[in-house]
Amino acid sequence: MERVPILKLGDILIISIQIDLDDQSVLALQEDLADRVVSAGARGVIIDISAVEIIDSFIGRMFATIAGMCRMLDAETVVVGMRPAVAITLVELGLSLGGVRTALNLEKGVALLDHLGDRGTPR
Amino acid sequence: MTVHADVARRRITELLGSADEQILRRWSTIAQASADELRELYQALRNSLAHEGDDLTDVRGLLAELSRSRARQGYTPSDTARAVYSLKEAVYESVEDDGGADALRGFIWFSRLIDDLGLYTIETFATAREKVIMDQAEQLLELSTPVVKLWEGIVAVPLVGTLDSARTQVVMEKLLQILVDTGSEHAVIDITGVPAVDTQVAQHLLKTVVAARLMGAECVISGISPQIAHTIVTLGIEFGDIVTKATLADALAYTLRCSGIEFSERRHTRIAVRTEDA
Amino acid sequence: MTQDGHLAISGNADLVMVRQQVRVVAVEAGLSLIDQTKIVTAASELARNALIHAGGGRVSIVVVEDGRRRGLRLTFSDEGPGIPDLDRALTDGFTTAGGLGLGLGGSRRLVDEFDVASAPGKGTTITATKWARG
Repeated sequence: MERVPILKLGDILIISIQIDLDDQSVLALQEDLADRVVSAGARGVIIDISAVEIIDSFIGRMFATIAGMCRMLDAETVVVGMRPAVAITLVELGLSLGGVRTALNLEKGVALLDHLGDRGTPR
Repeated sequence: MTVHADVARRRITELLGSADEQILRRWSTIAQASADELRELYQALRNSLAHEGDDLTDVRGLLAELSRSRARQGYTPSDTARAVYSLKEAVYESVEDDGGADALRGFIWFSRLIDDLGLYTIETFATAREKVIMDQAEQLLELSTPVVKLWEGIVAVPLVGTLDSARTQVVMEKLLQILVDTGSEHAVIDITGVPAVDTQVAQHLLKTVVAARLMGAECVISGISPQIAHTIVTLGIEFGDIVTKATLADALAYTLRCSGIEFSERRHTRIAVRTEDA
Repeated sequence: MTQDGHLAISGNADLVMVRQQVRVVAVEAGLSLIDQTKIVTAASELARNALIHAGGGRVSIVVVEDGRRRGLRLTFSDEGPGIPDLDRALTDGFTTAGGLGLGLGGSRRLVDEFDVASAPGKGTTITATKWARG
């Protein structure tokens, strides 16, 4: 099983998925991330999936789970860089990401988190 | 091949050689084509018959050329085939003159060969037609699907003409790719030039909007004609929270507002200053 | 990969293998990028189904031709408990394993031809075909 590295940039955690995710890696990532959000006091999580070639229902559910979990830990989640083919397939599959925020690329994801931070309560 | 057939075949080949000018002249008269046009073909046919193994590649190549040039001149494929078939008549006259049993038997074989070659011209014609149609369909797909940039971060797809499922799919895939390539967060799909949509096309439009949302971009659909609005409602297609605008201009104004760009109209306001109090 | 083109599905790591192999054959069959993504996603769902519901199974991945076009055919087979109520199993949101219930119905939407043969106690065979466009 491969572990996905979690990078920290200021108060944002960045996960760039570069491997073909198997179900074990997905579960491990969820656990690792929850720990890091708490220990780093992160206010935002960005998951970069620009290298991900397919998302099935299991991986799709991971995004919703991570977002829900992070929200409880007071962090916003943004999924960035979804490929058109992946997006079309998800729609056909009938899978919505359950209100997960998305952005076209990493830069726009960071901007979105800043925007959300401005609107939210000061911390 | 039996000995008889072999002899018969050789007899015809000899006739084609010895009476060549006569046959060629007759052929060009019956086919109403110039002898020059047919000579090359005739020679190629003689050459391939003279060699064992029935290698008709050269003949077929020339026939394809003849078929193309005649099609350009406005002849129907039947005309071209008939011109090829008339060689039988021309050769038959020589066979009759010869009168031998071998020549007559050989003529049956020759006739079958010419039938095949005639059919080949029709096949060539059909293939050429099919290629033209396919090229055009492809060009249409390419031509009719521009994605234009309206503003920094806003792109538009003006759809024109009847949408079928395949074309909608191609346009939509192209749109999504351009959103990624240009980093545009807003897209306007303008269907002013679309006379009608069916359930499948409407579904494709909806799926594209949802897919764009998954990628982090928003789409607005503009230019829905009253007829299309009627169709969509009648078909019971749910547009949900997808933003629709009457015109492309409205859609542009809306997307600009969403991107935080504001316009103020220049107003000429007169300010009257009361001087009495001063 | 075995001699007859079968791939065993017996653990989580095999899902990744199935996805990669389906991708390779999909490219070979001339499928567009979008269609590749769809069939690979469907394969991932169906392979996971076989793993969860039947404890494993196998898949054959073949390029097919019907005269005009080329395509890709996946056949998943397992010796599991079978599907008692097929209509319900194909309904979105119906699940017996605590998943999202999109596996079967979703996969059907991602491919051009979809066929399920199953009986309680006799295992399940699912055939899914995707044709190259144009």
